[in-house]
Amino acid sequence: MSLLEISDLSVHFATEDGLVQAVRDISLTLDEGEILALCGESGCGKSVTAMSIPRLLPPDTTRLKGSIKLDGRELTTLPEPEMRRVRGKTVSVVFQEPMTSLNPSFTVGYQITEVLRRHEKLSRQAAAARAVELLELVGIPAPQRRMKEYPHQLSGGMRQRVMIAIAVACSPRVLIADEPTTALDVTIQAGVLDVFRDLRDRLGTAIILITHDLGVVADIADRAIVMYAGRAVEQAPVTELFANPRHPYTLGLMKALPSAAVNGRLAEIPGMVPSPLSDPDQCAFHDRCPRVQEDCRLSRPPLTRQGEGHLAACYYPGGDR
Amino acid sequence: MILRIDNLVKHYGPVRAVDGLSLEIGEGEVLGLVGESGSGKSTVGKCVLRLTEPTSGTIELAGKDITHLSRRAMRPLRRDVHMVFQDPFSSLNPRFTIEQIVAEPLLRHKVGDRREVAARVAAMLEKVGLRQEMRRRYPHELSGGQRQRVGLARALVLEPKLVVADEPVSALDVSVQASVLNLITDLQRDMKFSCLFITHDLSVVEFLADRIAVMYLGKIVESGPTKEIFEQPRHPYTQALLSAAPVADPVKQRQRRRIVLGGDVPSPVDPPAGCRFHTRCPLAYDECRTTEPLLNDPRGSGHPAACHLVTADRVPDAAAPR
Repeated sequence: MSLLEISDLSVHFATEDGLVQAVRDISLTLDEGEILALCGESGCGKSVTAMSIPRLLPPDTTRLKGSIKLDGRELTTLPEPEMRRVRGKTVSVVFQEPMTSLNPSFTVGYQITEVLRRHEKLSRQAAAARAVELLELVGIPAPQRRMKEYPHQLSGGMRQRVMIAIAVACSPRVLIADEPTTALDVTIQAGVLDVFRDLRDRLGTAIILITHDLGVVADIADRAIVMYAGRAVEQAPVTELFANPRHPYTLGLMKALPSAAVNGRLAEIPGMVPSPLSDPDQCAFHDRCPRVQEDCRLSRPPLTRQGEGHLAACYYPGGDR
Repeated sequence: MILRIDNLVKHYGPVRAVDGLSLEIGEGEVLGLVGESGSGKSTVGKCVLRLTEPTSGTIELAGKDITHLSRRAMRPLRRDVHMVFQDPFSSLNPRFTIEQIVAEPLLRHKVGDRREVAARVAAMLEKVGLRQEMRRRYPHELSGGQRQRVGLARALVLEPKLVVADEPVSALDVSVQASVLNLITDLQRDMKFSCLFITHDLSVVEFLADRIAVMYLGKIVESGPTKEIFEQPRHPYTQALLSAAPVADPVKQRQRRRIVLGGDVPSPVDPPAGCRFHTRCPLAYDECRTTEPLLNDPRGSGHPAACHLVTADRVPDAAAPR
């Protein structure tokens, strides 16, 4: 059994314009010590999929269907007080913006020890000692001194490391990292990705990494799921995905990268993402797809097996890189 | 030369954003100005447009010194230099239609009568790939990619000699970014403007730029033809920057030699003595801590670097510290 099992998850939001179908029938599994990347462009549903695990979506407008099982325990129906014990302890989150997700009026030390005292019921002293260890773990130099500092005194990379330290304070089984390096410079990004790798290797933390950056996926993920218009269109072990992309959208993303230019031109993906308000029974990518045929408009292609652990939702998969 | 910057300094109070920078851009040339946050790259762009007053140094636009021109004297010259901004959401006036936005530079510089303005706007929108019915729309009705096309149309409608583009594709998704980059390439080939392209993204300038200048803490540490910078980077910082940007190929990426830089970028309020990069450089030695290296090109190939270790017969390798 996998550590995390999501089956047929759909997440819709009630808005003035109607029901926005952010996530549509996603199923995925995550094993202990695995780094799974959820990738795709803005609005594809990658963040909503991940945030539905700790139930960090607005409760009054969210319509959620399907099942999310962590260690065999169903999370979608868990009463809120119990869910609060899961959040931060079993499942924790690192957000994109290290500038806004720390509280500016408390010291770094206070913000880490707060989690430890709340979830682990540690004494003030024990929590402080553990916090210093955590800051060391995420590669912050002079942790004793940093404990007394405020977020504004830290650089972006250091703040993101503090966020990670808080997120892993209670040794969570699952760590969700939502674009954790997007706001950081590349020379800083490399170091932060090393921290994630290290956490996985040393603590066996399973990580869901949400990113739009295929370079980051190639660098750190074991497996990746490519999302488009709320659905998983392809999933595979990372080396397989890059060597042998089967869905035309995955291939399109790879060819659109500036580094993939051919004769000074980039491959474009024409057209736009379809409306999230309706969901006709057809391939959501059909009107942008170079390989489209009549049947792509008549019914939605299901995820089918392409190889070991490799699925793609396309009637005409394959293609040449 | 379309643009010549000599020893530009811009201090914001104690912050030494740009601290002695020289560069040139030739006719029809695209220069990629690369650096990380706080390197001062955007400040250079703002100085060129005189959106901020340079502290010292000179800026020449098409042979004319514009460093200390009054706003009034600067006005006619604004025909020749335009800017494309990063955020297509905040750089277009939400109360204007697309037609009004693109027509504004023409009206401001009193180019042509109403019919001519309308005709030029229509032609420009076509060039950037926007359908004519977009003319009556407002920015909020457009996607990010379409808005960036409007930004390009506005910057190019007066056929300027120089375009300063500050991270114009950084806020866009990959598939949209690809079409905007192709468009910029086409427009540049067609209209032959020079371009100062400011970005943190190396793969974008590799695609687009003829030459690259790399900035660190307010100074240029290396510059040269794009191909050379990518194939034979000389400065340890450039080498680290190139090695840190992950490539979208897991097999290659996991075998790459990586140069991990220690520490953070020092504050531009109090930059390190000697070489500004010495606090993070894996190759730093005594001289680097005391003597500032100047840009030098011992091999005379139009590829200078500011590092004591670059000599006529040797280029440092930051991946192999002694």
